[in-house]
Amino acid sequence: MRKLIVTILACVPFLAFAAGPTMPLDKANNDLSDKESLKRGFEAYLQNCLGCHSLQYQRYNRTFRDLGISDEEGKEKYMPTGKNVGDHIQNAMPKKDAAAWFGTAPPDLTLIARLKSPDYIYTYMRSFYQDPERPFGVNNKVFKDVGMPHVLQGLQGLQTIDEHGELTPATGGQMSPEEYDEYIRDLTNFLEYVGEPNKLEREQMGYYVIGFLLILLVFSYLLKKEYWRDVH
Amino acid sequence: MENFMAWIEKRLPFMDAMNKHAIQYPAPKNFNFWYVFGILATVVLVNQILTGIWLTMNYEPSGDGAFASIEYIMRDVDYGWLLRYMHSTGASAFFVVVYLHMFRGLIYGSYQKPRELLWIFGMLIYLVLMAEAFMGYLLPWGNMSYWGAQVIIGLFGAIPVVGEELTIWIKGDYVISGATLNRFFALHVIALPLVLCVLVFLHIIALHEVGSNNPDGTDIKKPKGSVPPEEQSKFTFHKQYTKKYDIVDAIPFHPYYTVKDLVAVVIFLIGFSWVMFFAPEGGGYFIEAPNFEPANGLKTPEHIAPVWYFGPFYTILRVVPDKLMGALLMFAAIGMLFALPWFDRGTVRSIRYRSKLHLLNITQFAICFVILGILGTKPATDLNNLIGVIATFGYFGFFVALWFYSKGEKTKPVPERVTG
Repeated sequence: MRKLIVTILACVPFLAFAAGPTMPLDKANNDLSDKESLKRGFEAYLQNCLGCHSLQYQRYNRTFRDLGISDEEGKEKYMPTGKNVGDHIQNAMPKKDAAAWFGTAPPDLTLIARLKSPDYIYTYMRSFYQDPERPFGVNNKVFKDVGMPHVLQGLQGLQTIDEHGELTPATGGQMSPEEYDEYIRDLTNFLEYVGEPNKLEREQMGYYVIGFLLILLVFSYLLKKEYWRDVH
Repeated sequence: MENFMAWIEKRLPFMDAMNKHAIQYPAPKNFNFWYVFGILATVVLVNQILTGIWLTMNYEPSGDGAFASIEYIMRDVDYGWLLRYMHSTGASAFFVVVYLHMFRGLIYGSYQKPRELLWIFGMLIYLVLMAEAFMGYLLPWGNMSYWGAQVIIGLFGAIPVVGEELTIWIKGDYVISGATLNRFFALHVIALPLVLCVLVFLHIIALHEVGSNNPDGTDIKKPKGSVPPEEQSKFTFHKQYTKKYDIVDAIPFHPYYTVKDLVAVVIFLIGFSWVMFFAPEGGGYFIEAPNFEPANGLKTPEHIAPVWYFGPFYTILRVVPDKLMGALLMFAAIGMLFALPWFDRGTVRSIRYRSKLHLLNITQFAICFVILGILGTKPATDLNNLIGVIATFGYFGFFVALWFYSKGEKTKPVPERVTG
């Protein structure tokens, strides 16, 4: 009887924790090993995001190296003049003015994929909808009353929201919904990369280390067995 | 070479100490799975000290520079990311192995006479380890670092009269600031590790004085002259152990347990590496997501959760509506563990030969401890609080019940010799 009570008690908390997150996120399904995607994401970031959101912990040349871009090409194509390739990816927006314009200073995004998640970024960037009440005329389903305007409205067009919270395209943009999703996937991919540039190297090393340890395990087990033959 | 060793030995009994503590140390031959966590804790301690030294070389202990210096380590320092993950995973691994090590002591009665002081040293290690982990958690200067520290330091504010002054004294400022970070850094990298190493030394010396317990809870040291020579252990043990006792069922720690522990260490490292290389955030429990944005006194994280290893005590703190009483109860929860050797009035050590009631009591204690731990990382809803209260009763009830039933407990006969 007591054992039964104990077992029941043990199960209760798991029921209590079953409540999930408030808003289901779409899967980004991005691929960090896809260098072309990362490169497109990098370009998209420079064009649309860097004006407001710095990547203050990430250096230009590190990004070039990991994305397979030479320093010369990178300097010419991707960097503002007067910057050094070793510089961090900063912008010129004064934080104080930015806070006045948007209500809050646009955050640095180096670690956003680790703070939120790639799925969050992917969903967030596709969840802007028309809302005349807001200063920029848009709201976001994932981040309610966000201070950020829909920067990619020209590409995506504008969505409307119905009473069930479903988003439907109202005005078309330059891209089809599929193209836009691809575009955001690349951007998400790049942001996940920037969040932890060593991630692929880390996992790669993990296989070697664990492989080595497995071999060591065999030998250490045999060693143990050999020694323990004299113990009765 | 031999002359040189003899010269050394005359001036510093190095080989003698090696013999006493490893090569001729009598360890019961029936150690099982539960007996590997002491050595694993040592491995993690060494890992923390070594990676800590290298992290310190590039870490900047200041309110302005700390967060950026962590990212510098993660990105620009060669293998800095590896050092950092070894250290952050090590912190959690430390508590995993220490909790299992303590549980071993609990089920086999390793805290009972004559090992009370050994247990006390172990508990002191655990206490210092919690302080060490708490201070270390502030150093990345992430937002959860900041708010976690805010909550814990705030506890001292509940103390009547001196509370407010005390929190300012701890913080070195009116709010948690670079001054707090600096002193936590000093304590984390030098003061507490020194204390920890001294305590570990004392823990091991005390262990070797009274000898290791074993899963049967029997004594492997019998009174001198009571065991016929053919029944005694055939290995050579240090004279310190053999001059007073006849030793049975024992094997020298080295090489038998060093090679056995090596297997355990390798298995542990495989698990450790798996987390470190493939899930260094530990699902948000080892490195919490809000710590990927810098400390911000104006932006409270949605849900302030302590790191998982503080969970049980945080829940006990939270289920009491009054802050001071909650803090007292939390410290009492740790105090109970210290007093465990005196709560248990029984003479049979191992759970193998104790009553069903004892088995049940330990089982409910373990379940309550885990539930308290889980709740500590979850938001305080009404239901969670209710479960927390019940589990808190289970936690304290363990000690109270133990005190009552252990005196006249109906136990099974304990074998003279270990059973394998």
